[in-house]
Amino acid sequence: MSTTTTAVLVPLLPFLGAAAGLLLGRRAPGAVRPLAVLPTLAAAVLAVVVAWQQGGEKPLDASTRLTPTGSVPIDLALHLDGFAVLVAVLVGIVATCVQLYSTAYLRDDPRYPSYAALVSLFTSAMLLVVYSGDLMVLLVGWEVMGICSYFLVGHYWETRAARSASLKAFLVTKLGDVPFLIGVFALAADAGTFRINGILTTAVSGGIEHPTLVALLLLAGVAGKSAQFPLHTWLPDAMAGPTPVSALIHAATMVAAGVYLIARLLPVFAASAAALVVMAVMAAVTMAGSALAALAQDDIKRVLAYSTVGQLGYMTGALAVGDRGAAVFHLISHGAFKALLFLGAGVIIHAAGTNSLAAMSRMNHLAKRVPDAYWTMTVGLLALAAIPPFSGFFSKEAVLGAAEHATTGDAHGIPAAAGWIVLVAGLLTALLTAGYATRLWLLAFHGKGAEAAGHGREPLAMNAVLWVLFLPTAALGLAAWKLPDWFDGGSLTPTLTTSVLSTGLALAGVIVMYAAWRRTAAYAARTPLGAVAADPGAAPYVSEEETIATHEAAYGGIAGAPDPADPGRLLLGPLHRHAVGGFHLDAVYSVLFVRPTRAAARLARFLDREVVEAYVRGAGGAPRLLGAAVRRAQTGNVQTYLSALLAGSVVLAVAAVLVATGA
Amino acid sequence: MHLVYAAVLAALLFCVGLYGVLARRNAILVLMSVELMLNAVNLNLVAFDVWLRDTLHAGQALTLFTIAIAAAEIGIGLAIVLQVYRNRGTADVDRLRDLGEDAHRPDPDRADREEKAEAAA
Repeated sequence: MSTTTTAVLVPLLPFLGAAAGLLLGRRAPGAVRPLAVLPTLAAAVLAVVVAWQQGGEKPLDASTRLTPTGSVPIDLALHLDGFAVLVAVLVGIVATCVQLYSTAYLRDDPRYPSYAALVSLFTSAMLLVVYSGDLMVLLVGWEVMGICSYFLVGHYWETRAARSASLKAFLVTKLGDVPFLIGVFALAADAGTFRINGILTTAVSGGIEHPTLVALLLLAGVAGKSAQFPLHTWLPDAMAGPTPVSALIHAATMVAAGVYLIARLLPVFAASAAALVVMAVMAAVTMAGSALAALAQDDIKRVLAYSTVGQLGYMTGALAVGDRGAAVFHLISHGAFKALLFLGAGVIIHAAGTNSLAAMSRMNHLAKRVPDAYWTMTVGLLALAAIPPFSGFFSKEAVLGAAEHATTGDAHGIPAAAGWIVLVAGLLTALLTAGYATRLWLLAFHGKGAEAAGHGREPLAMNAVLWVLFLPTAALGLAAWKLPDWFDGGSLTPTLTTSVLSTGLALAGVIVMYAAWRRTAAYAARTPLGAVAADPGAAPYVSEEETIATHEAAYGGIAGAPDPADPGRLLLGPLHRHAVGGFHLDAVYSVLFVRPTRAAARLARFLDREVVEAYVRGAGGAPRLLGAAVRRAQTGNVQTYLSALLAGSVVLAVAAVLVATGA
Repeated sequence: MHLVYAAVLAALLFCVGLYGVLARRNAILVLMSVELMLNAVNLNLVAFDVWLRDTLHAGQALTLFTIAIAAAEIGIGLAIVLQVYRNRGTADVDRLRDLGEDAHRPDPDRADREEKAEAAA
């Protein structure tokens, strides 16, 4: 098979799996699991084959004209370069892990067939986005991912939180997609093609008329998809979906699609220094804000969600300083360790029967109950905190190194301001990231109090997947020396200054958080807190669904908990109250969008009811009144009718005579 | 004989018939009044036929036609009146108001239907 054929099969197989799963799900329940896992696994293997054959050589392009549109044609095009094939490998592996994990996690779920099919469809769409060489085709995958995300976030639709979260995720990402679409059209109008290669050629030769405007329009869509400030608010709420979905869609792949898109279109962004500075500011605010918010979250998955937002901020930051190699390197390593962390969090939520860190910090020996999750997550959190020698350290150093390179002004066409913004925010975030990673580790695994409710041994599929993802988490850092051959060739190895600085800051974050925890841990015994959903016989998802549904009632909010033993509360001080709610951005959106929309709806309802309907009612009412008056004449007495008839005839006769005589 | 005698007689007969139709309460008398009006018309037809010296005698022919129709009409009309009287015990036109628009008076047909519905239930 040629590389092109193999590459076509990669997105096609999960799509066929999804179609077959949706069609056969009810009729052949036995076929659902193989249909979910095998096509995804085959796609992952083929993605590895494609990566092997492509081998970081010259980009491979293949295309067929999809439809002659009359103006700008749309091509079914493949573009396989080092970025595409490696990201596809990540997507394939994480998707396979998630499908395997889901077979155990959603064991008895009656909606498992449609769930698995949607995950397959999502995988197919993501692979399409990764391989596509045509912006329109890419956009199709982009939107299919959006709708799959909507359905999967709302998987537990019996709970209110999941319903509103799925709607919010959909609406907020669409808010970004509208400007994105306009941006794509503007690009195609200037370049005369939707093919990314053609657009990049035009961008490099300066053929784009308004580079800043186009870049900002595209950036809006990317901010929505990749959960960047100010459109990131949907991602923490999206944690109301099942854990495997959070791992695949809202950590490893879909949210990375925006970053990947900028990496593909980087010359378009690089054409405008203003857009790069805006991107740098956006990345900096996202990083620092999300890290502060992560320190205050009580739901373990929300901590991870905010950390995802922050890590995506690092990637955007790397792109803002023009280094797409570093961005995609961080994308790949983050995809691996964040998928690991989420899947581990699913194991913990099942074992503890709660998603609340406050409740976990009051449980004994949770780490011993789930040794696999404990060890793999420990390494995952070390990678997240960028402690050497794990993968996160190398990829984050690549980002910071690129930022430092930009500050000196050596980088061609990159404003030094962007470099400084990203570097300072990145170092600050390194401190905060280490802090919240430590907090999560201490609260989840080192609680003291009653024994956790027994849930038996975790299923083998769930634990095995953790060890599969453990490998890249621990060792992907070594790729820093090999990856430049696959990417643009820029160095990705750590530089001394930033390494020492960021590792020092990370260690400081760990130590400060540990000290704070030592001080606050004693309060835990004094303030009992927590609600546990114990379902020893049920599938793991049952505990999660119950704990999502009850978090608001038990802790007074979906984000925070009134826990004095939380070290994050001690460290954040008065900031804690604001950080829990994500710095009130939802309130701002409520004022800016929700209330005007509601007011407009009320106005429309008033106009419809009181103005438009008044005419309708009048049009009906007047004939009815006339009819009532005419009905009065119907007495039922024939002689009355005849009298009226006679009177009428006489009048007519007199009139006829008068007319005839000309009087 | 001058035309005016016949015309005046016909007009008087017609007015008597009209008065009977509009004012009498008994349905049979109403029908008889209708006959008076028809015959007033017949009288006119015959008189004008003579006065116009119509070679085809269309007036006479039409009169015979009207008499035949009137006979059929009175046959059917009397049969209806007879049935109404048997059903209701009265042939009083003033009290035959079932087709009137009056919400307060209960409709006998509807009452029947409701009774049947109750029986079925």
